[in-house]
Amino acid sequence: MTDASEYDRAEKDMGVTVDTRNADAKNEPDAHSHDGIFHMAALFCGALILVALGAVVLFLLLRAWPIFAGPRSQTEAVFTSLSGGKAHGFLQYVGPLIFGTVVIAALALVIAFFVAVGVALFINFYAPRRVGTVLNYVVDLLAAIPSVIYGLWGALILVPAMYPFWNWVSMHLGWIPMFAGPAANPPRTVASAAVILAIMIMPIITSMARDILAQTPRLNQEAALALGATKWEMIRLTALPFAKSGMVSASMLALGRALGETMAVMMVLSPGMTYSWHWLQASKSQTIAANIAAQYPEADSLGVSALIATGLVLFVITFVVNLIARRITKKGGAR
Amino acid sequence: MSPNKNGNISTTTDLRDSSDETAKNSVLTASASQSVDVSANVSCESAPVTPDFSKFAPSDSLLKRREWKSRIMAGIITAAFVIAMIPLVSVLWTTIARGVKRLNLNFLAYNMSGVIGGMPTPSGGHGGIEHAIIGTLEVTLGAMVISVPIGLMCAIYLVEYARGSKIAKAISLLVNVMSGIPSIVAGLFAFSLFTILLGPGVSNGFEGSVALSILMIPTVVNSSVEMLHVVPDDLREASYALGVTKSRTIIKVVLRTALPGIISGVVLAIARVIGETAPLLMTAGFIVTTNWNLFSGQMTTLPVFVYQEYSKMSVTCPPSAGSECVSSIPSERAWAAALVLIAIVLVLNLIGRLIQRLFSVEAK
Repeated sequence: MTDASEYDRAEKDMGVTVDTRNADAKNEPDAHSHDGIFHMAALFCGALILVALGAVVLFLLLRAWPIFAGPRSQTEAVFTSLSGGKAHGFLQYVGPLIFGTVVIAALALVIAFFVAVGVALFINFYAPRRVGTVLNYVVDLLAAIPSVIYGLWGALILVPAMYPFWNWVSMHLGWIPMFAGPAANPPRTVASAAVILAIMIMPIITSMARDILAQTPRLNQEAALALGATKWEMIRLTALPFAKSGMVSASMLALGRALGETMAVMMVLSPGMTYSWHWLQASKSQTIAANIAAQYPEADSLGVSALIATGLVLFVITFVVNLIARRITKKGGAR
Repeated sequence: MSPNKNGNISTTTDLRDSSDETAKNSVLTASASQSVDVSANVSCESAPVTPDFSKFAPSDSLLKRREWKSRIMAGIITAAFVIAMIPLVSVLWTTIARGVKRLNLNFLAYNMSGVIGGMPTPSGGHGGIEHAIIGTLEVTLGAMVISVPIGLMCAIYLVEYARGSKIAKAISLLVNVMSGIPSIVAGLFAFSLFTILLGPGVSNGFEGSVALSILMIPTVVNSSVEMLHVVPDDLREASYALGVTKSRTIIKVVLRTALPGIISGVVLAIARVIGETAPLLMTAGFIVTTNWNLFSGQMTTLPVFVYQEYSKMSVTCPPSAGSECVSSIPSERAWAAALVLIAIVLVLNLIGRLIQRLFSVEAK
């Protein structure tokens, strides 16, 4: 409660400064003085962001246009060759790719979320303070490891190592359609790709969740403990409600990252173009990003247009996911 | 601090208040906690007026259950931590263990020209990453030159000129949208831009720089905005009060104060984009020789090198080649290059955080 009111006050303070500043900024920049030139340059760079974003959309649309405007017979041939004869139109082609992208990223998020929250709680509440500081650094470093290295490790170490586990899962849980056997060997499957993506986004969620959890009001925690709450009850009653919206938005941002991840998926997954729920079988799904990177070198001009069109779809998907994440953050912040 | 059993609660408080004014607060809390003791004592001994609170006391079994639940959750959380650490430690360990095997001076000093299958080159090595390191440095430098001025000036506009205005809100929204662009889409954009403007088949290092700067600008803007916000308003106002113009205030006071934070943000942004593979795969291309010219001709970068060597996997050695031919050399080169890449990224990260640590502005 105290915190909310403090927050309000801080906002009001900010509001005051904003007002004076606005009054300042409303003075039209005078292009002849140093001051004016600097102001114009700053404004120009701000506007450049808008231009850059517009250019991204515009040039992607321009380059993708031939595949929509071109003669039907040619575009059909392109999609047929890109998909290995499975699709003849854009929607037919991009459908399974969207499906694969969303399924793999969502699976990765489900795996990563609970582990990441666990790690964040461990760092904040269970590890000794000094160890926690070191672990913070480690998590930040892990979030910076390039995806191609995760891909290399995933393809050469993780995939072979996971076969016994997936085999066991398909033997004992095979009655669930998703785990229906026989497990592919080597398991270059949706399940393995989701695991490698989960490992990659785990540090991202952890570092954001940890920052939010660290801001849990100390007084709330101590009040809970003083009322006789056990450590877990203290976490559940004070830290988790406080950090809930932040953790959800962190995981949405991580989902955006997972949706656009290219290299690791390309190096681990054996691609396929189906709407299959069999996660343990190879050659069932492919993601949009990995598909672009894999097919790009051999595609002709019209084929590249088709791939760029799928890239636009990916852009829209990640855009929506990121927008939702920001909305959640805003709501959480306003409370 | 022994409980005073003779006096009632209020007199205890009064006594303590009068005896020690300065420690009033602590005494108040102390006496409050004692008061519970005292009343409990009283209810046990003689006074029937005080209600019997003991029926509200939690049962032993409930307490035990809660305690156990807390312990189990602690176990689960620790287990989650251990599970998370296994793959991450494994990534680092494998890269180091396998990368060290081929990592030597020869590997760093030569490019891949003249490498045939698994046979050693005349220099005594098996090819190297000199061209990839040069490519990575140039492409990243290009991205930095594009994105740091734009990002920094944009942040200055957002914080110093348009703080809280509608334009600022719109621009920060766009920056957030931009930070969500998948790296492959940034690569496609640079590819489309260059092929449409300069004709088909264009591929050079600068194209890669443009793709990377799309990914880098939002990171630079966000970290710089954060750092400019930290600069206390007192400093700005003091400068204005001396009659200094706004642009001079920003350059000489605000930027100077925020500089360490901004630099560390830039270093971290570089660390993020230096490992990007997908956008460079389709823009900067891949060659075996060293190309110093950022603006013409294809350029190999480290991440792309790792990927290319990984996709080769192994080479076949003719039986006549003898023991000098190493058939697993591509994957060994991939690991060694990966080790160099990880080292660069980690060192950049450490530098960034060190700068942040050492020179951070004292914010309240």
